[in-house]
Parts: sequence; C-alpha cells; structure tokens
Amino acid sequence: MEQLYKEAIMDHYKHPHNYGLTKEPDFSAKEDNIFCGDSIVITLKTKNNKIKEVGFQGEGCVISQATASMLTDHIKGKTLKSIGLLTVKDAIRLLGVSLSPSRMKCAELPLIAIKKALKLA
Amino acid sequence: MHHLSIEKIRNDFPILKTKTKGKPLIFLDNASTSQKPAIVIRAVDEFYKKYNSNIHRGLYGIAERATKEYEETRKVVADFIGAKDSAEIIFTSGTTEAVNLTAFSWGEKNVKRGDNIITTVSEHHSNFVPWQQLAKRKKANFLVSPILADGTIDQNSLLKLITNKAKLIAITYISNVLGTINPIGSIIQAIRKKNKNAKILIDGAQAVPHLPINVKLLDCDFLVFSGHKMLGPNGIGTLYAKREILENMPPFLYGGHMVKAVNIKDAAFNDVPWKFEAGTQNIAGVIGLKTAINYLKSVPDKEISHYLQEITQYAVAQLLTIPGITIYGKTGGKGRIGTISFNIKGAHPHDLAQILGNNNICVRAGHHCAMPLHRALGIASSIRASFYIYNTKEEVEILKKTLLKARRILNN
Repeated sequence: MEQLYKEAIMDHYKHPHNYGLTKEPDFSAKEDNIFCGDSIVITLKTKNNKIKEVGFQGEGCVISQATASMLTDHIKGKTLKSIGLLTVKDAIRLLGVSLSPSRMKCAELPLIAIKKALKLA
Repeated sequence: MHHLSIEKIRNDFPILKTKTKGKPLIFLDNASTSQKPAIVIRAVDEFYKKYNSNIHRGLYGIAERATKEYEETRKVVADFIGAKDSAEIIFTSGTTEAVNLTAFSWGEKNVKRGDNIITTVSEHHSNFVPWQQLAKRKKANFLVSPILADGTIDQNSLLKLITNKAKLIAITYISNVLGTINPIGSIIQAIRKKNKNAKILIDGAQAVPHLPINVKLLDCDFLVFSGHKMLGPNGIGTLYAKREILENMPPFLYGGHMVKAVNIKDAAFNDVPWKFEAGTQNIAGVIGLKTAINYLKSVPDKEISHYLQEITQYAVAQLLTIPGITIYGKTGGKGRIGTISFNIKGAHPHDLAQILGNNNICVRAGHHCAMPLHRALGIASSIRASFYIYNTKEEVEILKKTLLKARRILNN
C-alpha cells in the first residue's frame, strides 16, 4: 500500500472539513504554489483574538487539500499568537506521515495562506 | 529494432540495472534528461584520470590531447547536425545558455525599439523568457503565436505576425510538453517568403535527440540544444549559428581565451567560435558529448526512429485505455515523439507522480517549464511520461498498470 495515501489522509482529501468560504470574513487570503498550480483560499472570523470560524476552498493534490482540512480543524479556537508559531513541521505532524522535500511545499501551502490572511507572515 | 538489440542497448546503461526497494528503475523522464551509457561515463572518467588539463594553452602532451579531443568534438557535432563549418558550433552549458547568448549578443546588437520578436505559446520557458525580457529592455514588441488543437504551431497565425518589423522568430521544433513535431522546414520557408531578413532560431532541445537534423536543409539561422538530453553529460550544450551571423555578433562573456591581444585601453577578440567560449570550458562535458553522439550514430537512424515511433504509438494507445485520461496534443502515434503529457480525472498530477515514484517509475508532474502552454490548454499542471531508446513495451505496461492502481487509490 502507498503509505502516503493512507486512509486518514484520503478521508480528509475526499471529505474535507471546513470546505467552503466563510461569509463576511474578517480575514482572507489566496496562496498559489506556482510549481504545481495548486491554490487555496482561506477565510477566517475571529473573536477576542481567537479563531471563531474558518473555511477554505482550493484545488490541489491530496497533501495540500488534506493538510488544509486538518489544519483548519486544528486552528479553531486557537489564539492568533499560537497560530503565528505554527511551522510546516506542525502541519506534517498533523498528517502523520513523512514527506519528501518536494512535497513539503504542498503541506505548507495552507499554512502560508492562513498566516498571510492573519498577517502573521 | 529487434528485441535483441533493445536488450543490447539497455545493457549499455548501468543505471538501468539499479533497483530501489527491489523495484527496477523505469525511467520515463527523458524529456527532462536522458541516462548515460557506460561509454560516455568512461570517456568523462578517462579525461579526469588520464589527461585532465586545460585546452588551447599547455605545450605538453596531455593538454594537446585534451585540445584535440575538444576540437574534434566540434567537428563531430557539426557533422551530426549538418553544419558546413565546425566554427559554427559554439559550446555552451546547455540550451538555456545558448538562447541567452543569442539574446544578449545578437539581440542586444540588432533588436531595436519597435521591432517584433515572435515566438509561440508552446515554448519552454528557456525559449520564451529570454526573448520576453530582451523585448522589454529594447522596447520591442513580443508577439506570441497560438497553437492548434493538436499542439502544432498555428502557421496561419504565426505567418500573420511576420511583417517587415519581424526581427527574430524563436520557435521549438518539438514541444517539450506535447511531443508534437512542428513542420519546421516548411515553417522556415514560409517565414522567409514573408521576410527574408528576419532571423530564425530553432529550439532543438527535444528534436536533436530524436530526429535526424540538417541545419543546411532547414535553413535556420540558429539551432540550440543540450547534450544531457541525448545521452551526454550535464552542463554541455550547443549553439549553432550561421558563420556570417556569428562573425557580426559581439562577445557574450569576456575573459580568457576569447581575446587575441589585450592592452590597457582595449582588447582584440578571438575568432569565431572561440570568441564565444571565454574561460575554462566544460572539457569533460564536451568529450562526453562526442562519445554520446558517436554512440547514437552507432545505431542506424532508421532503427532508432522506427523503434521510437513504435513505442510512442504503443504508449499512446495503452494510455488512452485508462478511464478519465486526457492526452494533450496529438492522440495518434504520428507526428509526435514519445513525450506524452496527460491528466487523469480526479487525480492530481503530483499524487500520480508520487505513487509512480514509489514504484520506481520516474515521470514529471507540474508545468514542465511551459506555463504559457499550460494556461493555453486551460490546466494548471499535467503529468508527463517521456520515452527514449532504452524504454520497452513492458515498461509501458507497468506504467499503465501502476496508473490504474494509483487511480483506484486516489479516486474511490
């Protein structure tokens, strides 16, 4: 079996959580991976410096889309400060697999978009 | 080509005997780079072991041997592409440097404000961006011709762009994405009929490894190609240009050996081709290139082209049986080489390539350095399998089987 394409990841890819854009978001950003053409749009609402709502829309590979699904789950209720400290390693930890350097960009894409939206980058 | 001779060819490539996690290497990224036969690796090795020295300088035995091998390669390359004069062969680091040399030397001197530089949407970035940027520097117009549905250059549209303002037309012989062979000879003739002064540069990076080429018959002004895509080492390529054009081009890089005499106020430049080869050259690469060309010549043209056509037709036909597949460009086996770009519905190219890669099947996923073409095709990326002389029908079958498996993993 292809270790990277294990059930938990494929489940997030095929049935992504938080898919769809938030209405009247406080923050939003679009980020593209020019290497493969993948793109992601992130929309967020905050309350008391914490994430209240998050939604994303995107087109991309299993890794970028599953990471977006998991990461948007992960940041709900978190403070902006703690989101600012997230790194690509945290995104990969959520996926629970090891990635080759060329695929790290895929996992990083949603994180870059989130930080860009929240002006944390 | 008989089964026996393909086995013989495969036997010449050490890397094809390697395995990763028990799986044999299936190398289908030949449009990106080709593998090297042992004889080429040995030639490079022998240079460093037995006569490593600088060319055109040392008055000692090994330097004389290195110089002889280096200059002989120029003749071998000239002969391989039908150039009349080996001084028309300039060694570069590859296709990219060859195009940039032309843009910075010929282009800077000859292109003026308001001139037209014309190319096509199907170009590799290396035959696109240098011209786009030259046009910006010179305030010239950068005109991009579309392609037809089958991926060939839209000749009507291209020819409409050829007016008396056309200064340079830079087009590819074979698309590095679609594998389509452009009828470059007749395109050149048609351009010349509309404007006999415009210069024509042909990107031969994909064509020279696959087709017999004769620059005299083609009547192109420039031809650029890389050694590493035709069994040669990395970091060596060729700029061919007609001698009278080279004579009138200023140097691109200044330094050692490209000068005849230097005084404090000025310098007298060397003759063509050395005027364009400043500094210590990639001597091992040049010697490796000669060996690669001699290796290619040892297999008769007809046998190579017949075998490559056969495997192309087979691969296209087999891939077309995959549900949800779209092959870009020509979907028959004719008028194309075995560089096949496709997408499978519901499966991202990177995921497909990764699953193939896990099975030691090497393909490329992405835009293959041709973003304007991908945009014209209305896609962000594609997956590309590209075949060369050592690939087999068995490999096509394994590719197809693994793609079907990947599709199941990604789609269900």
